[in-house]
Amino acid sequence: MDNGAMRRGGEWLKQVLSGPAGRAFIALVLVALVGVIFNAEGAFYKIATHRDALRQASVYGILACGMTLVIIGGGIDLAVGSILALVAVSCATLAIHWNWSSWLAIPACLLIGGCCGGLSGFTAARLRVQPFIATLAMMVFARGMAKYVSGGMKVSTAVQNPDGTYRYVDVPPLFEAIDRRILGDTVPVVTLIFAACLAVAWAALAWHRWGRQIYAIGGNEEAARLSGVPVVFAKLWAYVMSGVFAGVAGICQAAQEHQGDPEAGVGYELIAIAMVVMGGTSLMGGRGGMGLTLLGVLTIGYLDKILSINAVPEAGRLMLTGTIIVAAVLTQRRRRS
Amino acid sequence: MPDSASTLAPLVRMTGVTKRFGPVTVLRQVDFEVWPGEVHVLAGENGAGKSTLIKILGGVHTDFEGSLEVHGRPARPRSPTEAAALGVSVIHQELSLVGPMSVSDNIFLGQTLTRGGWVRDGPQRQQTRRLLAELGLELDVRRPVEEFAMATRQMIEIAKALSRRTDVIVMDEPTSALNGPEVDRLFNLIGQLKGQGCGIVYITHKMEEIERIADRITVLRDGVRVGSAPAGQLPSAELIRWMVGRELNEQFPRHTPRLGAERLRLENFSVYPEGGSGRASVQGINLSVRSGEIVGVGGLQGSGASDLLLGLFGAYGDGTRGRVQLEGRPVRIRAPRQAIAAGVALLTNDRKATGLVLSLSIVANATLAGLNRLSPGGWRRPRLEEVASERVIRPLGLRTASFDLEVGALSGGNQQKVAIAKWLQIEPRLLLLDEPTRGIDIGAKHEIYHLMNQWTAQGIAILLITSEMPELLALSDRVIVLHRGRVTAEFDRASATPERVLSAAMGTERLSGNQRDPTPAEFDRRTQAG
Ligand SMILES: Nc1ncnc2c1ncn2[C@@H]1O[C@H](COP(=O)(O)OP(=O)(O)OP(=O)(O)O)[C@@H](O)[C@H]1O
Ligand SMILES: [Mg+2]
Repeated sequence: MDNGAMRRGGEWLKQVLSGPAGRAFIALVLVALVGVIFNAEGAFYKIATHRDALRQASVYGILACGMTLVIIGGGIDLAVGSILALVAVSCATLAIHWNWSSWLAIPACLLIGGCCGGLSGFTAARLRVQPFIATLAMMVFARGMAKYVSGGMKVSTAVQNPDGTYRYVDVPPLFEAIDRRILGDTVPVVTLIFAACLAVAWAALAWHRWGRQIYAIGGNEEAARLSGVPVVFAKLWAYVMSGVFAGVAGICQAAQEHQGDPEAGVGYELIAIAMVVMGGTSLMGGRGGMGLTLLGVLTIGYLDKILSINAVPEAGRLMLTGTIIVAAVLTQRRRRS
Repeated sequence: MPDSASTLAPLVRMTGVTKRFGPVTVLRQVDFEVWPGEVHVLAGENGAGKSTLIKILGGVHTDFEGSLEVHGRPARPRSPTEAAALGVSVIHQELSLVGPMSVSDNIFLGQTLTRGGWVRDGPQRQQTRRLLAELGLELDVRRPVEEFAMATRQMIEIAKALSRRTDVIVMDEPTSALNGPEVDRLFNLIGQLKGQGCGIVYITHKMEEIERIADRITVLRDGVRVGSAPAGQLPSAELIRWMVGRELNEQFPRHTPRLGAERLRLENFSVYPEGGSGRASVQGINLSVRSGEIVGVGGLQGSGASDLLLGLFGAYGDGTRGRVQLEGRPVRIRAPRQAIAAGVALLTNDRKATGLVLSLSIVANATLAGLNRLSPGGWRRPRLEEVASERVIRPLGLRTASFDLEVGALSGGNQQKVAIAKWLQIEPRLLLLDEPTRGIDIGAKHEIYHLMNQWTAQGIAILLITSEMPELLALSDRVIVLHRGRVTAEFDRASATPERVLSAAMGTERLSGNQRDPTPAEFDRRTQAG
């Protein structure tokens, strides 16, 4: 009897672990194990380490939320890194130079992000340009916009006087508020923002009609269309959400750096995609979820942190990260029986 | 017990095969043999395990218990390529052609003719043409497969299996989209193959096919072998009892209810699948369907019957001309969404490509078309969805452990039931059915016929396409026949006979009704129109 219970328990475990969530979880556990082994003389056990790991992963994580939505719908969004930069310089300009209150600056920034997403969504969904191309174009365009808005220079608290000299103004309260830790200095605000984005994306995907529609489109677009799913609208909406999330990430980025850098976010879209895929969401569309993306974000975030506390030089860190991503995705592959 | 006099070993012998998917056992200790020169029919209900058994033989499923011998030697093919090397080729139930690749490239996929590493296109095309000619098909072999109609694709798939020149050929419901003449040609070919000593495994749900070609029949039920007998010793009533586990009369029980008001009216309706400037696949149709009525649409390949339904449903956007009236009101349907809102449902003829989202659960598929109503305010109500799915799926006799199962893991016939359930979900007033019983076992077929009676009794109007002549004649209150996109004849129930419908489908019988049998040459020429 005991044996039977154990066998059943074993079956259960086998089933859970054979699902995508189980496999993503194994990857995370393995990374944590690496952290325990190479704990950099106990640094891995310090709260500050985990706090920083989470903080550093948050901006990528916010991008990954939007990316998940687009990928499940069978698309891809390469523009998020550039949109992040555009929003970051816009946000810095509004908050530092124009002295807008947060209540105005935040919606304006999200609007910018949403419009960029909407534009690439329109190109991809309505004009039927391949998502890769449509968002690649947006990526280049938004980077240009970021340079145009900022005049090609970082938008910082060093403000030019009419006579050409510089003076420093105060860091705007919006930036102060985001670049902070709460709850006894343990939880970075950006991590909370990431959690909120995750919750919004999760609710939309798991509980809203739109979520079901986007899964259907990613799984079989023609069948979805013939079932009355508003394909163009649903896809467009995924890109809009991705753009808005990129806007959120842009605000966070500006707040953390206390400036808007038109060169920010280069290559972030690829990290976000890696996080999504690491979680087990299929690049073919139709399968995946926000829970998986959370696991992917944590895995890559911790991996990076562990390598950095062990003072692995950047060259090695990049090479190792690349290798480990491939290894993890290989274990992720759906097994065929 | 081989009924042939051959004392040789069987071509294939499977003993004690057991197959599990996770915790579910779908085959239990199944024995199965194929002898040279026989057609061995494998029969059983949806989900009985037929496809699973032959996927083991064909090297698709490699993880099973039991033993497999080919030519008397133990074998365990680990891939379809290895199975082919052993001399086993399989036509799978869900077609496995590569859509964007040309016909000839598909046929030679995995056995490409090369010289020094370079593909020899010329010989490939030539051989492809020869193979297709054997099946009575004349196609542009350079065109991508996805441009052809379902039935043609099925023929291409058959040609692909035949191109391997193997001694065991497995056909999993090869005729599910084929018309009478095409089936005849396939059966002729099967006869030839038998003569050459091939063993053929044939899976079908069609009784008349079993009667025509079976030498031996093995029946599976719920993954267990019920029995195996020479075809002559297994009368069809007995066979049905083996399959279904109960008696079932073979009559189609159509009760025509009192017809109501006109539900659909088409005037001079044309369909342009490639948009207004392209070619019309349906031209100048006039048609009226009343509530409670089943109107059958007959026609061979290329008749435009499927396009008529797709156009009506808005699948071609603006690509339709003419007047459409629903319940007396003129409507302009440019998208499936609008059709659904107007109470029109379309069951397409290809569940895998256009009917279902295989990666989603049963519930998600069954509720996809009715999602707006089931999620008031935009937020989904899983409980409501569950109940709503239950309501439409149960009557279709889909037995499954859980509604959260991915549809891709269901057997072919059970997938079809989910596709039907999706459309019942929206409580349609006009049902457009394209091959509704495709791949469905006879028990469930009867259920669906019953349901069609019920639906029409509730006042639903049905426009029905089916390639099975007996089904068309038995179910339709009226039959219109299309040939090259135009109506060539219209019959009422009493005057529709297989011969007349067929000759109208080939364009020989006109509306005036001048009846004459086609000459064999005409017969061939006309059915080749793809
Ligand atoms: N990949 C899979 N994962 C889980 N279950 C599966 C898988 N493939 C098949 N099954 C299950 O195995 C059972 C047998 O399926 P199979 O396809 O062999 O039926 P079948 O006899 O061919 O039915 P049909 O007449 O409908 O084609 C079904 O209950 C099906 O749900
Ligand atoms: Mg099957």
